[in-house]
This record gives sequence, C-alpha cells and structure tokens, in this order.
Amino acid sequence: MSRHVVTFTVNGVAQRVEVEARSTLADTLRESCGLTGTHLGCEHGVCGACTVLVNDIPTRACLMFAVQADGAAIRTVEGLAAPDGTLNALQQAFQDHHGLQCGFCTPGFLMLSTWLLERDEVLSEATLREALASNICRCTGYQGIVEAVRSAARKAGRWAE
Amino acid sequence: MKPAAFDYHAPRTVEEAVALLATHGEEARILAGGQSLVPTMAFRMARPGVLVDINRIPDLAFLRAEDGILRIGALTRHAAFEKPVAPGPVGALLARVARHIAHAPIRQRGTFCGSLAHADPASEWCATTLALSGTLMVAGPDGQRAVAAEDWFQGVFTTAIAPGEMLAEVRLPLLGPDWRCGFAEFARRAGDFALAMAVVALRLDAGRVAEARIALGGIGGRPELAPDAAAALIGQLPRDAAQSSAERAAAGCDPQDDIHAPADYRRDLVRVMVRRAIEDAIAA
Repeated sequence: MSRHVVTFTVNGVAQRVEVEARSTLADTLRESCGLTGTHLGCEHGVCGACTVLVNDIPTRACLMFAVQADGAAIRTVEGLAAPDGTLNALQQAFQDHHGLQCGFCTPGFLMLSTWLLERDEVLSEATLREALASNICRCTGYQGIVEAVRSAARKAGRWAE
Repeated sequence: MKPAAFDYHAPRTVEEAVALLATHGEEARILAGGQSLVPTMAFRMARPGVLVDINRIPDLAFLRAEDGILRIGALTRHAAFEKPVAPGPVGALLARVARHIAHAPIRQRGTFCGSLAHADPASEWCATTLALSGTLMVAGPDGQRAVAAEDWFQGVFTTAIAPGEMLAEVRLPLLGPDWRCGFAEFARRAGDFALAMAVVALRLDAGRVAEARIALGGIGGRPELAPDAAAALIGQLPRDAAQSSAERAAAGCDPQDDIHAPADYRRDLVRVMVRRAIEDAIAA
C-alpha cells in the first residue's frame, strides 16, 4: 500500500502529486490534477476513452499507474485547444464532420488521432480505419470520426490518396 | 474496477528485481507493459501485494540480431516488430504477426516477453515462439537459465517459470533464406483474441519441404505443436501437401467448447488456418 510522490508534466505544466501505488494515471489526472477531460469508460483497456499521450506514445491511462509516469511528459485533451479556447485543426475537423455525438469517447479518439497525425507515416483509408478500431464509440458514430481524421490528415498533407 | 492496494518497486537492475521477488515470494508480480496484468488487477482476478516494475531496468531494453539469433529483451514492445527487425523470413513473419496483436496503443506498451510470461492460450507471440523453437532466458537467484519453448507452456497462464524467477529475454533463431514462415489467424473483429491461429516454418530444398514445424494457438489451454501435420509436408511440394497437412492438424487437435465457439467450429478453423499459414509461407 505504498504511497509515492510523483512529478510529471501535463500539457507542459509541471505537476507534483502524492498517490497510492494503485492509482491509475487516468484517475490521477482526473482527481489529483483536476483534469477531467480524460474519460474512463471500461477501466480495463478495451474502450480507449482514457487514451492520453505519454512521451508522445498513445497510452491507455487506465492501464498505467501514475507512479510509472514519474518524469514523463503527458498530453491530454485539455492541451489541444489554444488558451483562448480556439479549437485546433483536428478538433475543428471533428466538429465539422460530426465526429462526436455524446462526446464521451471523444477525448480518447482525439488523442489517438493526434498521434496518428504526428507519426512519420501517411495515413490511408485502411490504416486509418484499422487504427481507429482501437477505440470504441458507443454511439457508433464511427463514420463521422473517420471523416474528421481523414479531413485533418488531408489538410496536414498526411493522407495517401 | 480499481486494483486492490499493493506496494510498488521500480528496481534499476535485474539483480535488484530478482532480490525483490525473493523477498516477497508469491505476493510479488513483475510489471512490464501491464496490458494484461493491469486489467486482471482491475477485475481483482489478480491481487498481487507487490508489483516489481521492470520498466526502469535499462539492461532489459534491447532488441538485436546476433550470430543468427534474435535477442528480445523483456522491455521490447510489440510495436517494435511492426516493421521487419531483421532481414530474412523471421523478421518478415514477426511483422505480419505483430499487426494482429490487439490494437495500436496496446502494441506500443505491451511487451513480447510479457506475452510469453503471461502465456495466454491465444497469444500470437506464444505460438510463434513455439513454431520457431525459441529459447526463453529466465533470471533467478542463481543467474540465468534457458528453457526451450516446448518446455515453457504448461497450461492456461502457466509456464515453467519458478517462484522467484523472471523472464528476462526470448531468443529466436533467425532462420536462413531457405526457410519460409507463415501465419494465419481468425478473430471475429480486428484486435480480438483469435479463435484459432497457425504459425508454420518450412525449410525448402529444391522446392520440397525438408523440415517443418507447425504451431497452433487459441484452441486449447496452451499453444501446441502439430507434429503429424508437419510430417505430412516432408518431401512434398508445400502447395500440394497443404490441404492434407491441414486435415491432419484438425484431426490431431483437441479444441474445447467455450462461450466463443464450439469445439467443432474451432476444429474447422484449425484446418483453414493451417492451410492459409502454409499458403502465406509460400507467398512470403
């Protein structure tokens, strides 16, 4: 039942939290850091709603303990929009293409897609659909999500026609 | 859906990790990628009192080809294999297999050796390591010992690892250019656990099969070799003998009924997966 002091950055802001070893990164972001944009769906790594970027790698935040993130650079959905609230290009694409309905899965899809667009690979229809299958949208609004990321990838020059 | 309380340790060396296992005995579990262990802890099917996190042991972060052997350290993630890690049939096989393991974010964190240590019957890496006659390097209080893949899998989630030991490395032979390797699996959805899979490794001599190994996964409590099916290929052109080999694999396996599929359905899948894996090997 060890407790640990952990330091990491979230969206560039240094955080120092004291956590039980069993606290997941997802719970810690929500409860200790007050960043409730990261959502918890299944809590066993299946749904992807809690996906965040840990050192630029997409990570199920329910499958990583906060103590493991000591020293890491974490990015969450709160870091995507500009400080004045202006949506970034990917978020805007989700809005334009109806890439969200209830919005619960959206933070996970946005962080997963952020990684997809940052990788050194262009996306194709097949690779995009396979990658988006990582996460679950219980509204089943997948088509809008695919269209949103495809549109964002095109605008970023990362789409293989 | 929250894990029970535990004590956490992050050793910096294998020796420290093994010492922690010795101190805490059956209470302790190794944490690597956590993509299987942490869900079972969330369900409280596992309640380890101590986690020994090996992610901060730099000596376990390696993946290299050396003297015809692929040496896979305990911190090598599934995603490392998505592009061929070595020229030749094994590197190409591992890349084709890796795409079938769960989903992209899981592959970024889950580890090859963690799959072998967890020994899920439907693990792609377990069947692959068995088909390739891999060797598992286990670290314990008296140093390292080698365990052949054929001796590793003892049952569902059960391996030859002893209390106080940890899997430090898996070694796979980098088969030469006269070998062909193939893989096929059937899962209902991309990323699901397979209902059946087959991995084949064939050495060809003048187009005919001189050596063959076939491993099946996802159908019983552990991955298993299909020696009769492999024998059916010897001396034959692989394309001609694929169907008879597949028939023997289906006849020789002993799948179980479960909520996902009845045994007969799995047996049919074995037949098709073995044939497809042989075809995949020929095409590779």
